[in-house]
Amino acid sequence: MIVFEYVAEALFLGFVALTFMGGFMAIRSKMLMHAVLGLAVSLLGVAGLYFHLGSPFLAMMQILIYVGAVCIIIVLGVMIGNTPDQLAAKKQSRKNLPLALFTCALGFIGLFVAIISRTTFTAASDKIGDMSIRFVGENLLYQYCLAFELISVVLLTAIIGAIILARDGREEKTS
Amino acid sequence: MELFYSLLPELIRMVVCAVCGAVIVFGNALVMGYAERKLAGHIMYRPGPMEVGFHGILQLVIDGLKLMGKQLVIPKNADKPLFMLAPLLAFAPVFVPMLVIPFSDKIQGFDLDVGLLLILAFASINVLAILIGGWSSNNKYSLFGAIRSVAQNVAYEIPMLISLLAIVFMTNTFSLKEIAAAQSPVWFVVIQPLAFLIYIVAMVAETNRAPFDLPEAESELTAGFHTEYSGMSFSLFVLGEYANMFIVCSVATVFFLGGSSGIPLPYFEYTGIVWFLLKVYALMFFLVWIRWTYPRTRFDQLMNFCWKYLIPFSLVNLLLTVVLVKLI
Repeated sequence: MIVFEYVAEALFLGFVALTFMGGFMAIRSKMLMHAVLGLAVSLLGVAGLYFHLGSPFLAMMQILIYVGAVCIIIVLGVMIGNTPDQLAAKKQSRKNLPLALFTCALGFIGLFVAIISRTTFTAASDKIGDMSIRFVGENLLYQYCLAFELISVVLLTAIIGAIILARDGREEKTS
Repeated sequence: MELFYSLLPELIRMVVCAVCGAVIVFGNALVMGYAERKLAGHIMYRPGPMEVGFHGILQLVIDGLKLMGKQLVIPKNADKPLFMLAPLLAFAPVFVPMLVIPFSDKIQGFDLDVGLLLILAFASINVLAILIGGWSSNNKYSLFGAIRSVAQNVAYEIPMLISLLAIVFMTNTFSLKEIAAAQSPVWFVVIQPLAFLIYIVAMVAETNRAPFDLPEAESELTAGFHTEYSGMSFSLFVLGEYANMFIVCSVATVFFLGGSSGIPLPYFEYTGIVWFLLKVYALMFFLVWIRWTYPRTRFDQLMNFCWKYLIPFSLVNLLLTVVLVKLI
């Protein structure tokens, strides 16, 4: 059985490497298209990790949702972002770099501490084996019902905001 | 060594599944390429390909060789890595759904309990490939085609999913095998006609085929997202499109047309696959038929049709299904 453990370990390291590589691509590239594709690679790595943890359902949903999301971000970037020519002509200032680093570090450490302090790390052998659709659904609708509903309220707000922004249509305002 | 021998059947099975998937993808592209040109010809009162072989039956083989021999032109200002990546991304994911399609109750690669989600997830990567290809070509027409494709695919994915969800509610499973088996007395097309209609429309839009072929609208956008692609990189897009047609038609067959059920043929245990392929290719014939019969829709008509008619109707259908399933 030792072969399988090595294969599983190799897959795990591969997925982790994919996640980090994508994240690195996302922050290093100047062009929005490359950055968002880096994000896509990173999310693919996360999907692989879900698969590794024994929940193909979450992995498939991750791919299904984020492919569409990534495409929409790219289209938005094409419509409002800089073209490659403009990027080459523009000198990027590094004035705000410390501020950006500080904000990112703060966000990361805050989330990291919050998650680590709440998680109880169970041994792999003690884990509940059931990660099926039924288990996920019951957890979402009983234990995490409030969070689930709040997320839908956020989405509803976003939809209403989009409708209000687009309500006037394409005609030029004559006021 | 003992471990290896105990694993051998499973390893052989994996290799056989992979080879069969590849055979289906390429064989289907050959058959559909020929059938499409021949049918298009006859719909337009002309014979179609006639020169190579009996009634042009070897035309696609020759065409394939020609495409392989062609030069791959990369535009000077294109984003080279992404330009090369896009056709591969359009083509590679189509092999995965072949593994979970139940060709008959005995012929299926793997019966996953998330089979439907696997198919939808890997089929949705196609739109990302089109977007990358259109953007990296650095060409206005390509970019227009790519952006249209995103708007269209993201919109039509919603009614497609919701119409399939109605069936999932009735059968209580995502496994394609169990869904196909659940319709032994009556096919779901009889019980869920509205969901079937919505799925068929969404299916045509998802595969980017006429009358919804706005991403490549040749009268306005030269060739849309694949304007700059030539030779084999162009044909990878076409192979991907035909494989996607096969996949969505298989899903329609499994969900609405009874999967592989049919009258058992004598002397043949695996008759299911005959009926399954007959149903799938009947649907594909329908796709080709409407492509060469109807004119292309305008883009605002396409989006309005999805958001104002298909999505509300599919939601009402889902709601009715849920209520009825609870009551009965």
